[in-house]
Amino acid sequence: MIEVLQLPFMQNAILAGILASIACGIIGSLVVVNRSVFMAGGIAHAAYGGVGIAFFFSLPALPCIIGFSLLVALLMAALTVRQHGRMDTIIGVLWAVGMATGIILVDLTPGYNVDLLSFLFGSILAVPRSDVHIMTALVCLIVVVVVLFYKELLSISYDREFSQVRGVKVVPLHFMILCLVAIAVVMTIRVVGLILIMALFTIAPYLVEKYTKSLARMMFWASALNILFVLAGLWLSYSFDLTSGATIILTAACFFIVFETTAAVMRKLRQ
Amino acid sequence: MKQEDVQNPEAVIELYNVSFSFGQAVVLKDVTLTIPRGDFVAIIGPNGGGKTTLVKIMLGLLKPQTGTVRLLGEPPALSCKRAGYMPQYATGDKDFPIRVLDVVLLGLIGTTSFGPFWNKLEIQRAEKALDMVGMLPFGRKKIGELSGGQLQRTLLARALVSDPEILFLDEPMANIDVGGQTILFDLLAKLNEKMTIVFVTHDVGLLSRHVKSVICVNQKVFFHPAAEITPDMAHMLLGEECSIDLVAHGLPHRVLGQHHSHDKVLKRHGRGSEND
Repeated sequence: MIEVLQLPFMQNAILAGILASIACGIIGSLVVVNRSVFMAGGIAHAAYGGVGIAFFFSLPALPCIIGFSLLVALLMAALTVRQHGRMDTIIGVLWAVGMATGIILVDLTPGYNVDLLSFLFGSILAVPRSDVHIMTALVCLIVVVVVLFYKELLSISYDREFSQVRGVKVVPLHFMILCLVAIAVVMTIRVVGLILIMALFTIAPYLVEKYTKSLARMMFWASALNILFVLAGLWLSYSFDLTSGATIILTAACFFIVFETTAAVMRKLRQ
Repeated sequence: MKQEDVQNPEAVIELYNVSFSFGQAVVLKDVTLTIPRGDFVAIIGPNGGGKTTLVKIMLGLLKPQTGTVRLLGEPPALSCKRAGYMPQYATGDKDFPIRVLDVVLLGLIGTTSFGPFWNKLEIQRAEKALDMVGMLPFGRKKIGELSGGQLQRTLLARALVSDPEILFLDEPMANIDVGGQTILFDLLAKLNEKMTIVFVTHDVGLLSRHVKSVICVNQKVFFHPAAEITPDMAHMLLGEECSIDLVAHGLPHRVLGQHHSHDKVLKRHGRGSEND
């Protein structure tokens, strides 16, 4: 096992996995307490439009996906900022239209694109060193923004109307949260693929939410759990020659089920 | 009339010809009213009558389609920071990762510095506010561990921590038992020496002796500058479907509403208040 760790592609995979885990732990916690998991799902799937654009115009993938995801995030923020009753429908429409755009653009691109599946299901073992550098920069950006605006983000997550009365700039923060989601999505696409991103966004934050007394701790422990899931999943996928993204998610899901069942049994026993 | 109770005749809230509707449904129609500084106002009316909407308009959370709103002499968007707000009890998010003390600290958001930390002074203020509502021993607990009444008191502390000039409370007595309600009213009366208080209640029986004036809301709004409810007001408010106990005149008696047209009701009301 040790010699495997000396292979450059494995080192890149581990670094990318850790970076994506941190991004998803932080932003996933924010999304879970904000109850905007569906919005994050919409952005993650609509990001496929960015993949289509990159293929069709033969552009570098990561910058294209970042640009397109941010565009989708801003559009979604603009359409949902007033918190009206049909928000979920609009998210559903953006979700589908983004993906469909990507699929059509890929169809129109001449030749067969093997790399395509890697965006849907992730290809952590194929992450180039240059992507690791970009991911490091993006994680730093996420951490700095969340630390700087921590109280404001906590405030609008807990009680948006009250924050508004206190003069908190609710609308710019709403845009900011969705842009942070877009950035975290882009980072995670390489690791687990855009279809499976939601698992890293939700499973760990949901698990730790009940046991933490602050959003910061929730973000920390969710990131730590994500790292555990990614590294364990990576090892399993390497050992048994399985698709890495799906293995990571199933590792997380198994942990989730075992943990919740144990917790439920413990509660019953204590009664 | 209890004009002598008004410490300072300066208006803290002014509404001129304010109308508000959600889509096609008219919630408030042509509301004009002035609340003087130092008042202790109860907003009463049936469920769905527009009480919460009226408070949200005063705070600038909702923008009326027509009319002008002034809070502390300014448009609410500029002055709402100087108000304290305790929203209607929400079932809340039991698992939300936040401690009681942190909820109260969020009452200082908007005046605090950037970054994740609160300074010593802010924490002292939050503890003082918790102490005022008797929640200091619970400061380190997670918000989901509290009972409904304890959560209400925490949200009151959050509204008070910024030392507001005017305090808005939406159904503050919900989830609080009768003994707790008396304690809460006494606390509000003490606070009323320093700040104007506006509170919403659907329970007319909750008009304590501390209340100085009453606003009745049922699409139309009537400002009654004395803490009493006449049977005619009750008719105007509650229409034919409701029945309420009136305790304003000392003895509770049950009033069963009858159907009245608006004109008739208003005329009846006018006569009623003259008789008082």
